[in-house]
Amino acid sequence: MRDLTRVSNSHSDSKVIDACSLFGMMDTSGGRFSGADLITAIGSMHDRGNGLGGGFSAYGIYPDFADDYAFHIMFLSQQAKTETECFLESSFNLKHKEEVPTRDQQGITNPPIVWRYFASVSPEKCGKFIEEDYVVDRVMYINTCINDAFVFSSGKNMGVFKGVGYPEDIGRFFRLEEYEGYLWTTHGRFPTNTKGWWGGAHPFCLLDWTVVHNGEISSYGINKRFLEQYGYKCTMETDTEVVAYAVDLLMRKHGLSVGMAAKVLAAPLWNQIARLPEHERKIMTTLRQIYGGLLLNGPFTIIVAHTGEMIGMTDRIRLRPMVVGEYRSKLFISSEESAIRLIQPELDKVWLPVGGEPVVGSLQNPIKVQKEATAC
Amino acid sequence: MTSIEVKQNQDTACVNLHGVYYRELNTRLAELVNQGVRSLELNNACGQRYIGTSLKGDLKITINGTPGNDLGAFMDGPSITVNGNVQDCCGNTLNNGCIVVHGHGGDIFGMSARGGKLFVRDYVGYRAGIHMKAYQDKKPSLVIGNTAQDFLGEYMAGGVLVVLGLGLGENETHKANFIGTGMHGGVIYMSGKVEEHQLGKEVAIAELDETDWKTLRPLIDEFALHFGYNAEEIAARPFYKLYPKYLRPYGRMYAY
Repeated sequence: MRDLTRVSNSHSDSKVIDACSLFGMMDTSGGRFSGADLITAIGSMHDRGNGLGGGFSAYGIYPDFADDYAFHIMFLSQQAKTETECFLESSFNLKHKEEVPTRDQQGITNPPIVWRYFASVSPEKCGKFIEEDYVVDRVMYINTCINDAFVFSSGKNMGVFKGVGYPEDIGRFFRLEEYEGYLWTTHGRFPTNTKGWWGGAHPFCLLDWTVVHNGEISSYGINKRFLEQYGYKCTMETDTEVVAYAVDLLMRKHGLSVGMAAKVLAAPLWNQIARLPEHERKIMTTLRQIYGGLLLNGPFTIIVAHTGEMIGMTDRIRLRPMVVGEYRSKLFISSEESAIRLIQPELDKVWLPVGGEPVVGSLQNPIKVQKEATAC
Repeated sequence: MTSIEVKQNQDTACVNLHGVYYRELNTRLAELVNQGVRSLELNNACGQRYIGTSLKGDLKITINGTPGNDLGAFMDGPSITVNGNVQDCCGNTLNNGCIVVHGHGGDIFGMSARGGKLFVRDYVGYRAGIHMKAYQDKKPSLVIGNTAQDFLGEYMAGGVLVVLGLGLGENETHKANFIGTGMHGGVIYMSGKVEEHQLGKEVAIAELDETDWKTLRPLIDEFALHFGYNAEEIAARPFYKLYPKYLRPYGRMYAY
């Protein structure tokens, strides 16, 4: 028989080395750019992935429907699509619907049916809910009660594109070079401890919150139980979704600042808290008491994004890599510096942030050009 | 397969790394060295891993750009100079040779080094020098110009780790925590303040004696030479040493 290993395994690997890759890029002055650079950057970290998942989130891509919720939904059957569309009609004011444009792409097989729906919410339909909670409730309903239908993006003027494959192939499949946004994040590899499935790839999204994650949330069980008390349903069979729901709870519903939310997710160690001045010590102790169930344990680097803001952070002892770069008004967050340099060879600053400290890019607080050396 | 642009002149070769996959690159570099090349200039490096891994002997490599992870992993002899920053795991299990970084280093810089020398001009990320080791005449040295992040010298089992603290203000403290956690061999020489709570439980602090200076001074001289500093000025800074309290801290844990 012909020896196929020379074709399929030309370097005689005894195992496939991989680790997640993530990349985020934001123009804090609001300038929009295409997804082409993101595809190049994440594609350069191909070896960190394994072809079982790749995805992108993009903000500012639907200016024509800026005030409507953009639902990206994947279906495994026409029946699921019909049923979901009936549900959407009854729950929202549907403005526009279309199939998400794709192209044939080598490496991408068996894609689901992917459509997008632009819709608004009328106050009478919300009833006792506030609007965002109503949308979350409807999304959770589709994801748990309608078979073969899955809402994987549900924010305004933003969208998630993801699936099974290498991220650069997923990006080309969804023709992301044709979209323009001011903030993009992307991820390669696959959802931890889960079979690779289209809905399970990163980013995870709820409303306009998205999360990409490198690592493993070993506190998933306690985080899930804590979030379930607030009505979140964990439906994606993987650890990272708890991060998306946790930031939604902390920042949108409870109004915590980025800094405070970071102290919940990557809380300072107790012996560090003991050394703080009394006022801060009280705040940190209180946070740990109230939100103990949201402490993320285990190794992680995450990029959280929502309208107008990109936040990167690692776990307290930085068990996963994160590099940050700045060039003029642009902020880059990456697993490897080389991915940033590939699309932006000259940088004003590049540094390795300390574990647990969030790095924030924001439209409200654009980066001013400041060339200086930064040490930790 | 990408064709690799190489300009060769006697025992010198200039290689353009733009768009080159690391495996093709490292195979090509090995071929060049086999042909007698003794000086390599690698331009436009961008994320190529394991550069220098399979190369041996008296060989000079200059890298312009950002080389990928595991630069010089298991390397046995060559000298690498990087004009730029290096990514994670530079000098992984370095056996012999030298890596000089004109920039900063990523996480686990010099991991498990068992020989050779590493110099980095600026700072290094988490866990620099983790599990460096030494045996008889094999004794790795790692010199950091500015400062390090947490877990410096974690599980260190041998060798010499130096942090010069250049760039720290007069009363500024290093920010690293858990320095020398699990350390059970080797020595760390530091300049710049640390508080007691920043040190691992297994570490003691002491002043340098004459023998220490015999080890430290040549490393300071070499660092100064590489990066254009005044060695006298660096050597005049106050230094202290961190050493392991116990050589077998867990020796009795499983014994009865």
